[in-house]
Amino acid sequence: MLKKVSDYLRGTQVWKSIFRHGPPTTARNRAMVMLANVFLHLHPVRARSSGIRLSFTWCMGGLTFFLFLVEAVTGILLMFYYRPVAASAYTDIMALREDVPLGIMREIHRWGAHLMVITVWLHMFRVFMTGSYKPPREFNWGIGVVLLVLTLLLSFTGYLLPWDQLAIWAVTVGTNMARAHPVIGHEGPLEGILKFEDVDFVTSGNDIRYALLAGRFVGEATLLRFYVLHCIAVPVMAMVLMAVHFWRVRKDGGISGPL
Amino acid sequence: MAGKVRPVQQWPSPWPYDFPVAGAATEAKDKVDRLAVKDPAPPLPVTRRAVFASTIVGWGAFATAGGLGTLGTVRFLFPNVNFEPPQEFQTAPKTTFGAEAVDESWKESHGVWMVNTEGKLLAISTVCTHLGCTPNWLTGEKKFKCPCHGSGYYINGVNFEGPTPRPLERFRVYEDPITGNVVVDKNVKCQPEQGTCEGPDYFLPTA
Repeated sequence: MLKKVSDYLRGTQVWKSIFRHGPPTTARNRAMVMLANVFLHLHPVRARSSGIRLSFTWCMGGLTFFLFLVEAVTGILLMFYYRPVAASAYTDIMALREDVPLGIMREIHRWGAHLMVITVWLHMFRVFMTGSYKPPREFNWGIGVVLLVLTLLLSFTGYLLPWDQLAIWAVTVGTNMARAHPVIGHEGPLEGILKFEDVDFVTSGNDIRYALLAGRFVGEATLLRFYVLHCIAVPVMAMVLMAVHFWRVRKDGGISGPL
Repeated sequence: MAGKVRPVQQWPSPWPYDFPVAGAATEAKDKVDRLAVKDPAPPLPVTRRAVFASTIVGWGAFATAGGLGTLGTVRFLFPNVNFEPPQEFQTAPKTTFGAEAVDESWKESHGVWMVNTEGKLLAISTVCTHLGCTPNWLTGEKKFKCPCHGSGYYINGVNFEGPTPRPLERFRVYEDPITGNVVVDKNVKCQPEQGTCEGPDYFLPTA
């Protein structure tokens, strides 16, 4: 009976329009499952059973991706309540905890972010210890390093959004590093080479920190700028690079074997 | 349920890989014949030089437009107008600053302490030279103390405790000849540890 229903379903035009291959009972159809799906095709069709042992991979890359999805879903939900302007940012955060149903949504987002930083580091540690960065996988290591930086930038930009004393001073301290950027930071080395007689072309009013903060100190314009970076710019970059990262795992020969 | 069961379509499926292609080529050939140019025009006299010149003009225009667009986009990130207080501002007449006292009136609004000590009126920056937080003036202990990491400074801005490596920075001060107020110019700063605060620009004698 069940078989007849499933056979009927598999024969319908709707089913066949979605799945262009038969059930994954043959080696060929199993491969087709991976190749005919836009999400699965990023993955290797085959993996060594030794390579996907939990004791080998720790599943840290997969956990990082899972946490990214958690952050995306909870983040979008938080955006329904949070307004990135100085008058309401802090009270909106308070309201998310006190007034909005399921007041732990923001805590999930925060703890997920902490966990994601930890899993990214552990993933990097595993890849290093198993030698999985070696040829032909050097390029994917490079992509991974950029993804690590993007993860840290996501945490850093999200740090400002609660708009409390901790947020403002932590970002003040963190962005002070940009003052010391060579040439384009107004206190950095070689800052003086863009100087004409008495006119200094790199000042606190036009250096790289000014572009980052949209001002000389952390203010309302900074809040909006960090909000856009946190919700749009950095996640989009991370998603593109994650697709490349997963695809390169497949192209570079799948998960590496044990040494 | 007896009777005929529809056969399950197994690989290779009819779509899109093995549609019948017989006849398609004929149709295509008909189309080619229909659309064929019966009386082709003579080839245009295009010279090698003209192709080269138009390539340069074309790619040059493309690169210029792209470059200007990129520069404009970078410039877009630097706002022309911000809502910060002016870098140069009026305070109060010199005589209103009491001896050995710190005036915090311009701390929140402009980031400056007006300090009258040892016969000199100083405009001291409220930015901690450790990592950029704002210290507090503790009247009882006669020191500036940073809440972030504990750096401490004497009343004249010189550091004596905590992680900070150098004294607080100071700004240029002068008396406005019309209003008689002391004016602070944050565009020009000095650093005591480098000896740049010795000049007459960076203090007003009060004694």
